[in-house]
Amino acid sequence: MADPIILIRELKKIYHVGDIDVPALRGVSLEVQRGEFVSIVGPSGSGKSTLFHILGGLASPTAGQVLVDGVDLSAVPDTERTRLRRHKVGFVFQRYNLLPTLTAMGNIEMARFFGNVEGPLDNGFVELLKTLGIHHRLHHKPRALSGGEQQRVAIARALVNHPAILLADEPTGNLDTENSDKVLTVLRDLNRRLRQTILMITHNPEAAAYGDRTVHMRDGRIVKET
Amino acid sequence: MINRLVFENLKHRKLRTGLSALSIGFQVTMILAVTGLSRGMLQDSINRAKGVGADIWVKPPGATAISLSGASMPEKVLEYFRSVPHISKATGTAIQLVGGISTVSGIRYDEFTALSGPFKFIEGGPFRSADDVIVDRWYAEQQNLRLGSKVKLINHDWNVCGIVEPGKLARLFVPIERLQELSNSEKKLSQAFLKVDDPSRVREVISFLKQQPELQGYSIYSIEEFVSLFSVNNVPGLRAFIYVIIGLSIVIGFLVVGLTMYTTVLERTREIGILKALGASPRDIVSILVRETTMLALAGWISGICLSMGASWAINRFVHANLQSEITPDWWPIALAVSVIASLLGALYPGIRAARQDAIEALSYE
Repeated sequence: MADPIILIRELKKIYHVGDIDVPALRGVSLEVQRGEFVSIVGPSGSGKSTLFHILGGLASPTAGQVLVDGVDLSAVPDTERTRLRRHKVGFVFQRYNLLPTLTAMGNIEMARFFGNVEGPLDNGFVELLKTLGIHHRLHHKPRALSGGEQQRVAIARALVNHPAILLADEPTGNLDTENSDKVLTVLRDLNRRLRQTILMITHNPEAAAYGDRTVHMRDGRIVKET
Repeated sequence: MINRLVFENLKHRKLRTGLSALSIGFQVTMILAVTGLSRGMLQDSINRAKGVGADIWVKPPGATAISLSGASMPEKVLEYFRSVPHISKATGTAIQLVGGISTVSGIRYDEFTALSGPFKFIEGGPFRSADDVIVDRWYAEQQNLRLGSKVKLINHDWNVCGIVEPGKLARLFVPIERLQELSNSEKKLSQAFLKVDDPSRVREVISFLKQQPELQGYSIYSIEEFVSLFSVNNVPGLRAFIYVIIGLSIVIGFLVVGLTMYTTVLERTREIGILKALGASPRDIVSILVRETTMLALAGWISGICLSMGASWAINRFVHANLQSEITPDWWPIALAVSVIASLLGALYPGIRAARQDAIEALSYE
């Protein structure tokens, strides 16, 4: 088997809240192969988001080993984590998190700017915009887009720099059934067609079923894989 | 791309951007108005000094060149000046403060016009009684004076007998005897003006006068020397006053931009989190705020220049007799530097706060 794109060994994360230590991850081990679509489910406080934040370089681990596409996140400075966010990771959030003052295209260009990508959009990405069904809505600001459209713009923005992994945190949490289906179908299509590695947090078992496998978390540990 | 984000951010909050720029604009206006007034009033003094037409100015001992002091030089000194070779004409004036920095000058009409040339009367003519006053056009316009109007100066009622074009020594002229009487300085002058028969002999005459023992302590200037003394450095406290205004401007700019940027950073907490998730470094975040601040400072600077032009016009239009203002383009770069520096200082703390903002907390900010 090829080297996994994500390799996590005994990952621990402890938050210090005042004088109290709050363990968010209590020893998580996980491997994700390149091109896999993994759903992560679990109740609130189970450590799913913390795991995502560490994988995305937004937080540092307290102990354990985390390798993302060859980068060891257990002992890297902030500058290296910034570089990881620019080139190796794309985020999709529950609340879309588009920059409200920029158009859809402006949001995508901002990601390209931080990724040091210049020149015209590549053909593959133009095709992706068509697949996402937003190619004709690129010059609108987020407030003029529906929730489903905003989330598809967020997916386009997350993928414009061809990241190694796409981290989707409850991507359908704010959407109705129709738009949820569209977004999940797009994610599965991206995974199948482009072999895009995707990790998706969800509370919804139907959404989780779109993944190749589902990792169940509880109390900062992985308790089951299905 | 960053510039586009900065521009869109500023456009997004038009009212706040406009008010912030206007506040910085007032800061710039303060500086430009003070320098414009200083220069305008000094230039007006120079013009009026030159307008006398004298070759030599004599001030009594203890008086500074730009003084508004009362009369202290004996009038008989004029007879002495007239006896000096090459001095063709001599006259003197008494000056009395009439409120603020406004003065009235007492003159002997015939003697003064003989040296200075005739007044350009718009209305009326020379004194007909000891209680007459000649006013210049600016003063007449500002005070709504006509021929025959009454003016109260030094607790005395004066009758306007003539309105003249401005530019000759003073705005208000009265007969010297009555002014000396009212100010308890009979037979005393504040300054003397001398005309030399040959302009090339001015240096020689001044040199002669300075050697006379009875004129020891007197200040004797050629007209060129005299007007050169009308500078910011020679007006006591003026330079310090300008520095105080610049200091206040920096404080105001610092506070305005500090508050604006602080609320901006709070309001955009979530956006800062988004930018960090997209790969923005702390340096990128600071860069965005610095550019935004610089844009505000530039807009404020431009509005400040426009406001200062408006202020200058209003001063010259409505209170021209008391205040004169000039546009001072050479101070524009200094005002720009002050507004940019003050604004960047104001953005310092909000910028550091934004750069250190935890991305995860920022993304969950409601």
